[in-house]
Amino acid sequence: MRTLPKPLIALVATVLLAFGVSHFSDRIDPYYLDVMIGVGINVILAVSLNLVNGYTGQFSLGHAGFMSVGAYLSAAVTLLLGPRLLGEDGGSALQQGLLFLAALAMGGCGAALAGLAVGIPSLRLKGDYLALVTLGFGEIIRVIFQNVDALGGALGLNGIPNYTNVFWVYSFAALTVFTVVCLVRSTYGRGFLATQDDEIAAEAVGIDTTRYKIVAFVVGAFFAGVAGGLYGHFKLTITPTGFDFTKSIEIVVMVILGGMGNTPGVIMAAILLTVLPEMLRAVEQYRMVLYSLLLIVLMLVRPKGLFNFDFTALAARLRWRYLASRK
Amino acid sequence: MTEFLQQLLNGLSLGAIYALIALGYTMVYGVLRFINFAHSDVFMVGAFIGYFAGQRLPHDSVLSGFATLAAAMAGCAVLGILIERVVYRPLRGGPTLNVLITAIGMSLFLEYTGQLVFGATPRPFPSIIPARIISIHGLVISMNQVIVIVVAALLMVALELAVYRTKIGTAMRAVALNPKAAQLVGINIDVVISFTFGLGSALAGAGGVLYALNYPSIDPLMGVVPGLKAFVAAVLGGVGNIPGAALGALILGMTETFIDGSRWSTYKDAIAFAVLIGILLFRPAGLLGRYATEKV
Repeated sequence: MRTLPKPLIALVATVLLAFGVSHFSDRIDPYYLDVMIGVGINVILAVSLNLVNGYTGQFSLGHAGFMSVGAYLSAAVTLLLGPRLLGEDGGSALQQGLLFLAALAMGGCGAALAGLAVGIPSLRLKGDYLALVTLGFGEIIRVIFQNVDALGGALGLNGIPNYTNVFWVYSFAALTVFTVVCLVRSTYGRGFLATQDDEIAAEAVGIDTTRYKIVAFVVGAFFAGVAGGLYGHFKLTITPTGFDFTKSIEIVVMVILGGMGNTPGVIMAAILLTVLPEMLRAVEQYRMVLYSLLLIVLMLVRPKGLFNFDFTALAARLRWRYLASRK
Repeated sequence: MTEFLQQLLNGLSLGAIYALIALGYTMVYGVLRFINFAHSDVFMVGAFIGYFAGQRLPHDSVLSGFATLAAAMAGCAVLGILIERVVYRPLRGGPTLNVLITAIGMSLFLEYTGQLVFGATPRPFPSIIPARIISIHGLVISMNQVIVIVVAALLMVALELAVYRTKIGTAMRAVALNPKAAQLVGINIDVVISFTFGLGSALAGAGGVLYALNYPSIDPLMGVVPGLKAFVAAVLGGVGNIPGAALGALILGMTETFIDGSRWSTYKDAIAFAVLIGILLFRPAGLLGRYATEKV
């Protein structure tokens, strides 16, 4: 019997686990449930941004912009199409689930299209310039949403149905991690790492770096859009200001703190940076001051990312010590 | 015609303030190659120093206006040097992204400490400078606008002299060109970087007071939007290039004012970025920036 590949098993196991937990969600304290969902959404955002910032080495500051495209589009689907398709009574749980899935897919695809539209012109730029242009696009998207009255203008969209639950969030988080990890580990995906390591050398051996950059951008934007859809159906109300560049920076911080191009690290950083402000709620007044101080201190103390453990170096050191002791 | 001139004047005064902030961004970028995100909050601190100084000084006199300005500039210079010394220096030579995150952390720290100390509610800025309005053929010129433009122009001339006519200015340009070579010829790079931060922060402090005079309420988050715009202006002109920053700021200030006066006014904030993207797509190094050839 052929065994299934490991990442696939992990994906299926997480989805099943999420389904199980979701089944018992009535018995879990709603506060913890909220934090769990927040963690899951941030994991999706951080891991998808890590594909762009970490693995491909393109510094993007526009992730919140793509998130907002997904949030608005999927909210529009459930708000406008929902009542027509499901009828007055809101339909059965299965129907709602299918509608939500379609809405998330729409949100993701819309964000991916936005990613393509942003990526093609701006990926000619490098470094800080690229960062600024992506930031600019994010802000432009925000201002456009602010001015479209059909989408609520500056007040945003209200009354979005409450579809997001632990099952959806963690299934998509698992799917994001699965996609990013498998993509980067595949033969094709080595091109992302090559682009990040040395663009000139990569081009010299015939890798189309621009293409890789755009693929990374589009895939990253897709998952950001899905995360946006989940976020909208979790908060039940979305405003354009909720997706400004401070949100983008929040996600970038997760990626850098986790260690660029280190998926487990980024996941842990996303969890830490979502739970940390919650834990600091006891000292509400000083919460953000402490958060920012921690950020500075962590960068000073662990410059390679909080969760970037260099196991090979550690193993080498231990081996060295062992050899020395034998003499 | 009058309306056009009026908008031109408004644009000029907005651009002058952007220029003062943008110069700090561009100087730090020129020397250290990183975006000092905390710069926009130094600008905010400048406005607050001006607020507290202005309350203690007699109102409506030009002398106390200048005293306020000087206090804000000195306070911000000290703050800028302190930030560099404590936070950025230990990371020097490390990956730029780390410094960037630290800068973001510093920016958040200043904003939230500001909220804690000063409170989040906007405060009216004292009218330290006599509010007089001059009217020529229907063109309304407020005293504040004149002062903003004159002071900004004077400071920029002073900066130009400092950078091109003094010893430390020459050292600054040398460090910007090549830090290692500058050290080899005996330039104390730490002093130069501290000086750059001090100079840039002093300009931001002046910008803070001038901004508060024209838009008379201040709060701890007031720096975020002008800071972002000023950075856009710096990149527009070619980041690391001092005249470029001033040019970019003027273009941005003008465009924004004219958009604000048209029926597209709600898109004002997007326009700054649209202009930036448009220009970068055709001139990836900014208007006055030089292309660096890539060496393999």
